[in-house]
Amino acid sequence: MRRLFVHPTFWPLAALALLLMANGLFNPGFLALQWRGGHLYGNLIDIANRAAPLALVSMGMTLVIAVRGLDISVGAVLAIAATIAAATITHLQAGSAQGSLLPLFAAIGAALVAAALCGLWNGLLVVKAGMQPIVATLILMVAGRGLAQLISDGQILTIYYAPYAFLGNGFLLGLPFALYLVVAVFIALKLLLTRTALGLFIRAIGDNPLAAHVAGVRAHTITPALYVFCACCAGMAGLLVSSNVASADANNAGQLLELDAILAVSLGGSALTGGRFNLFGSLVGALIIQTLTTTIYSIGVPPQVNLVVKAVLVMLVLLLQSPQFRQQLRMLAPAARSSA
Amino acid sequence: MSAVALRAEGLSKRFGATVALDGASLVLRAGEIHALMGQNGAGKSTLIRLLTGAQSPDSGTIQLDGQLIAPTTPLEAQRAGISTVYQEVNLCPNLSVAENLYAGRFPRHWTGLIDHAQVREGARRLLAELQLYIDVDRPLGSYPVAVQQMVAIARALGVSARVLILDEPTSSLDQHEVRELFTVMRRLRERGMAILFVTHFLDQVYAISDRITVLRNGALVGEFATAGLTQSALVAAMVGREVVAAARDSRNAGTAGAPLLVEVQGLGRRNALEAVDLHIHAGEVLGLGGLLGSGRTQLARLLFGLDRADCGQVRVAGEPVALRQPSDAVAQGFALCPEERKTEGIVAGLSVRENIVLSLQARGGWWRAMTLDRQQSLARELVQRLGIKVADVETPVGALSGGNQQKVVLARWLATTPRLLILDEPTRGIDVAARQEIMGEILRLAQQGMGVLFISAELEELTRLCDRIAVLRDRRKAGELLAGCDGQQVLDLIAGES
Repeated sequence: MRRLFVHPTFWPLAALALLLMANGLFNPGFLALQWRGGHLYGNLIDIANRAAPLALVSMGMTLVIAVRGLDISVGAVLAIAATIAAATITHLQAGSAQGSLLPLFAAIGAALVAAALCGLWNGLLVVKAGMQPIVATLILMVAGRGLAQLISDGQILTIYYAPYAFLGNGFLLGLPFALYLVVAVFIALKLLLTRTALGLFIRAIGDNPLAAHVAGVRAHTITPALYVFCACCAGMAGLLVSSNVASADANNAGQLLELDAILAVSLGGSALTGGRFNLFGSLVGALIIQTLTTTIYSIGVPPQVNLVVKAVLVMLVLLLQSPQFRQQLRMLAPAARSSA
Repeated sequence: MSAVALRAEGLSKRFGATVALDGASLVLRAGEIHALMGQNGAGKSTLIRLLTGAQSPDSGTIQLDGQLIAPTTPLEAQRAGISTVYQEVNLCPNLSVAENLYAGRFPRHWTGLIDHAQVREGARRLLAELQLYIDVDRPLGSYPVAVQQMVAIARALGVSARVLILDEPTSSLDQHEVRELFTVMRRLRERGMAILFVTHFLDQVYAISDRITVLRNGALVGEFATAGLTQSALVAAMVGREVVAAARDSRNAGTAGAPLLVEVQGLGRRNALEAVDLHIHAGEVLGLGGLLGSGRTQLARLLFGLDRADCGQVRVAGEPVALRQPSDAVAQGFALCPEERKTEGIVAGLSVRENIVLSLQARGGWWRAMTLDRQQSLARELVQRLGIKVADVETPVGALSGGNQQKVVLARWLATTPRLLILDEPTRGIDVAARQEIMGEILRLAQQGMGVLFISAELEELTRLCDRIAVLRDRRKAGELLAGCDGQQVLDLIAGES
């Protein structure tokens, strides 16, 4: 039992379960799942599906934070990727046959390449120019939306192309396609981190970058690669988001995503100071954030107090996860019992 | 005999399965300098942490002037009258000297604002007691370590300590600075303060202490009057056996016949090192001597790719190699135990196993991971070979004592079976026995053909262990001496008097 409590993912999972149970209590039917027209429907599926873009970005963010970095440009990169995908489709659709899949793959490729370049830019600024990560990525956070607007000509690009809609709205074996994407990325990462030495190197760099460098770990290669990966995650999220709403909004797509992603990483139990990280925890963190949002809408909190309620709930979840706070609670508990 | 200032009795502390301190006792008298001796892992640090309230004992008592105290934080201990100055000065380098002296207890105006005039005045007065006259408005970090240490002591005095604990204060000071520190310590002794002096330097213990307490494996060996204890008896008390001094056996003046391993031609870097020529044979221990700042560490950094050279060339087994980053050097079979163990050596949050396999794994590439079994057996083997005191190889390295951490760094490199091992002050801050073990292992490997570049500030160590000694002075090579030279020759070369 004690071992369970100190397991790094126990408290994030407990927080998620608590949130879902509270929802189930106040709103019977919240946890229900239905099979309709070959698809699985229900709030749980909906939460997971909506959390998918954030979950992807959180995984990238986890690894960047693990090497003492930070990427606050993910929202902007999402917008760039979404805009480029939309522009590519508009451009190619005219020339290709009806129902051709070429625009789909070209859009995915172009968006991901653009995202990777953004990540490389971030990584080089951090490693080669020696900038503070938050400043280095601030540049792209600001400039990135400008770039996206340049591509979209300041318009919201609308996508009239059926195959592309599959990414954000399609179902595979009854479940949303986005979920498969998240799980696939997670499993691939998990294998990469545990079956190769990458996990060891990342933790070494995060814990003591200088010592890792002296030990011969190629931190100058690994760190930029992680920024590239993080940006690619943002790129994939951009594909999901733009596909879901069949449009790309250079100004508003992925707005404040960077903060949600950092919060998800933190909720998941990774140290924001680097070194210790928990990939699965970040996934759970993303689910917690989406559950909060869904909860607030489903219990009908008036829109004007909605952010305050979210803030209070986030604070409670974070307090629940703080070992210091739990210890203080434990010290209070016997005192209360003895006085009662 | 003067009054007892501090009496600690039956102090015990265990961390998990490790017993760090087992019923140790310590008696400090007012107006004495008391040395605390013991090997790494003997429990010195733990004892100090208990006295200063950084940790609480599992059992045992501490009395200060006859009053039982049980400090639970360093601040409480300080208020009670126990102040500590640590090996690594833990003040804020970016604050001014005066601010450092008063941080946490600033005198206030009637407005509630900090009274800066009084801070400055008080700071000057405190430092004057140590006969230190410096600009108290300059940031602390702009002064040399020796001055920073004095400031740390002044801060301890400022809170009017009865007991002053000096935890390895001399390990980063030069001879002259050590003498100045000793002058201050004597003055404090005359004022009736009880001083606990922790160090690894035996000669310093004899130079200044009145009394010695020796710990071994967490338990008290005994308390001795310094005058009545010979140096070898002290070492024997610390290690529990007679140490056989590891010395270079006079076997070989013949490494000149061995193949040339590394050839350095005109290697230099602006503002760090003038072009230096050097060669190391297989199986040779090449000493590198010189004062602090003579370019010893810079040469090691260039050779290991930690800094880029502006000029010159390095050949390994006759082939020119490019050393742009440490991973290049590691690929060539180089290894470096850096001077700064904490910042450049260990990865504190990783386990002993992970620290040991790190370099081997880095050289093998990230794609080909070693299996956990292989990692564990490798780590266990090296832990045993170097006598690293740790119950489980999954323990985080940060939890180990200093000497054991240093051994872990060495183990990391031995795992890569290096061709050239660069040791930058490998024995600094390490006790006699651990030093013997480390040097013994290195000499054994040298006999099997590994080249060693051994950087040390200690003459005696250089002349005893090295086949050849190169001396740097003012960032250039001053000369070379062969094995069998005496310390005076090296000293002349270092000082530039030959």
